[in-house]
Amino acid sequence: MPADATLPLTLAKSQTGIVGFDEITLGGLPNGRPTLICGSAGCGKTLFATTFLVNGITQYGEPGVFISFEEREHDLVENVASLGFDLNHLIATRKLAIDHVRVERAEIEENGEYDLEGLFIRIGFAVDQIGAKRVVLDTVETLFAGFTDQSILRSELRRLFGWLKDRDLTTIITGERGEGQLTRQGLEEYVSDCVVLLDNRVTDQVVTRRLRVVKYRGSAHGTNEYPFLIDVDGITVLPITSSGRDVRVSTEIVSSGIPDLDKMTRRGGFFRGSSILISGVAGTGKTTFSMHAVNAACSRGERCLYFALEEGPEEICRNARSIGLDLRQYIEAGLLRFEALRPNLYGLEMHLARMHRDLDRFKPDVVVLDPLSAFRGPTFEVHATLLRMMDLLKARGITGIFTSLTLDGEQTDNAELGMASLMDAWIRLMDIEANGERTRTLYIIKARGMSHSNQVREYQITDNGVVLIEAYLGPEGVLTGTARLTQEARERSAQKRRLEAMERRKRDIARRREAIERQIAELQASIRAEEDETSMLVSEDDAHEDALLRSSALLAARRGAAE
Amino acid sequence: MSDLTAEPDYYQLRLYVAGQTTKSLAAVSNLKRVCEAYLPGRYEINVIDLAQDPQLAASDQILAIPTLVRRLPEPLKRIIGDLSNLEKVLIGLNIRQKPGET
Repeated sequence: MPADATLPLTLAKSQTGIVGFDEITLGGLPNGRPTLICGSAGCGKTLFATTFLVNGITQYGEPGVFISFEEREHDLVENVASLGFDLNHLIATRKLAIDHVRVERAEIEENGEYDLEGLFIRIGFAVDQIGAKRVVLDTVETLFAGFTDQSILRSELRRLFGWLKDRDLTTIITGERGEGQLTRQGLEEYVSDCVVLLDNRVTDQVVTRRLRVVKYRGSAHGTNEYPFLIDVDGITVLPITSSGRDVRVSTEIVSSGIPDLDKMTRRGGFFRGSSILISGVAGTGKTTFSMHAVNAACSRGERCLYFALEEGPEEICRNARSIGLDLRQYIEAGLLRFEALRPNLYGLEMHLARMHRDLDRFKPDVVVLDPLSAFRGPTFEVHATLLRMMDLLKARGITGIFTSLTLDGEQTDNAELGMASLMDAWIRLMDIEANGERTRTLYIIKARGMSHSNQVREYQITDNGVVLIEAYLGPEGVLTGTARLTQEARERSAQKRRLEAMERRKRDIARRREAIERQIAELQASIRAEEDETSMLVSEDDAHEDALLRSSALLAARRGAAE
Repeated sequence: MSDLTAEPDYYQLRLYVAGQTTKSLAAVSNLKRVCEAYLPGRYEINVIDLAQDPQLAASDQILAIPTLVRRLPEPLKRIIGDLSNLEKVLIGLNIRQKPGET
């Protein structure tokens, strides 16, 4: 809420340090006010509260008081030790105070008027001792079992919450989930500032924890149910749907790791940050394609997170080696990380939750999910989960590579179609069975934002990885496998014949040219001979004429002399 | 004192109050009246003002004010409230008879 941030009267908030929760609530719990955390047994109320206190101390420098109505101090310390919280140390350094308030109905007899000033004094004393800013009351409802006079109790609780507020203490009050209302004793009546509901649902033997901010006075907040995780890292809430649609869009092109495949798109690869689906039946090499992509990304120095749902990291590394890719070096260099997920171990939400956390922790550039189809469940749920997953990736500009197993046959099932509409690019791997052999082919169904080849290409998985083969495209259609080979052989011999015929014709022409040239030479020679003869005759004639002239002149002279 | 506390009939009582509130004052006077009437010479009352010694509230698990704790004779008993019901105080503290009526 950037608009809120500029307002001077914005509600001050106390960060819980719980990953995701501060995002949903746009900053944490209302500062200096009580918040009710309610939920059924075992849903993580105490843990939530403890985390709030410990983070307050370790991250925000705010000492805290834990007033426990149920667990003894010792138990509390032990319970959270597994999460790496060292409460004893915090107590020793006077950052944390734990007071176990024991309420034993059998020991207490009521006689006349009383109030709960003793509790106030205890809280006040603990707070003053360490200068606490945060308080947890877990679970205040236990008091209802200890006192018979409910009207006193209720008015005292009201006074207590007011008192905590007056003292400017950010407080978490936990409450057990009741029938028909949020808490058994209707505590939500008294705590009107912020109410958070935790839930623990079992569907198909799979537990999913969810969290919802029921109300938050004076502040906007995410209203959905958000899944949350409790594991060795404490609580992680996943504000998955909070990711907006305004994502960074990149025009940068990244290689798929298979140069031939890159060439099938006009831009020579795929957009960074896009999601690419590789679908195909069993044995078409979907994982091999993703290995290539991983290899390419890591060799560019990018970080890669590989969610393997069916194979272990060792198997994938070994298999990658068989196609000439050394992925192990990238694991060692810290560029590549495998996260093995077991699809049926958690619900979809939990998987999403884990991925979300892993993404934020590892900050990858490329994420591989192999295969998507391992997620089983109601189609709409799978679809919704994947949509959110893709949102997660897009919001971070992460390139996503998803593989999906399709069943044999032409028809694509609904799940695949649903997924495909979310994807930016879709490469379909196929097995063509013909002439008693199986041939692997692929084509690009779509590649948003760029033109791409419409060809069906044959590929082979060789020792050097995936290699695409120039398809045979002839008048007889697209041929693959040995059909392509024989057709190519046939074409080669035909061409050879054509070449030979051509050669022959060339030789013929050359020969004819020689013959004609010879003829021309002969004719020229004969004409030259004729010319020679003629000129000889002409000169003979001239000589004769001269002789005649001369003799006639002689004769005339003689005649004249005689006359 | 020490020899008295060993006696089974000796009452060691602690009354927790918080400041001079009406309820606190009432509780103190009610308790004194009962003890004087029923336990003359074999009781001690220790009035603890938590407003002055707040650290004592936790160690004796005090929530309600006023709280009367019977430390002796055992077992430990707690009565909360201003002790306005005399009969209930007697039952609560297990004081059945007046001395002399034994």
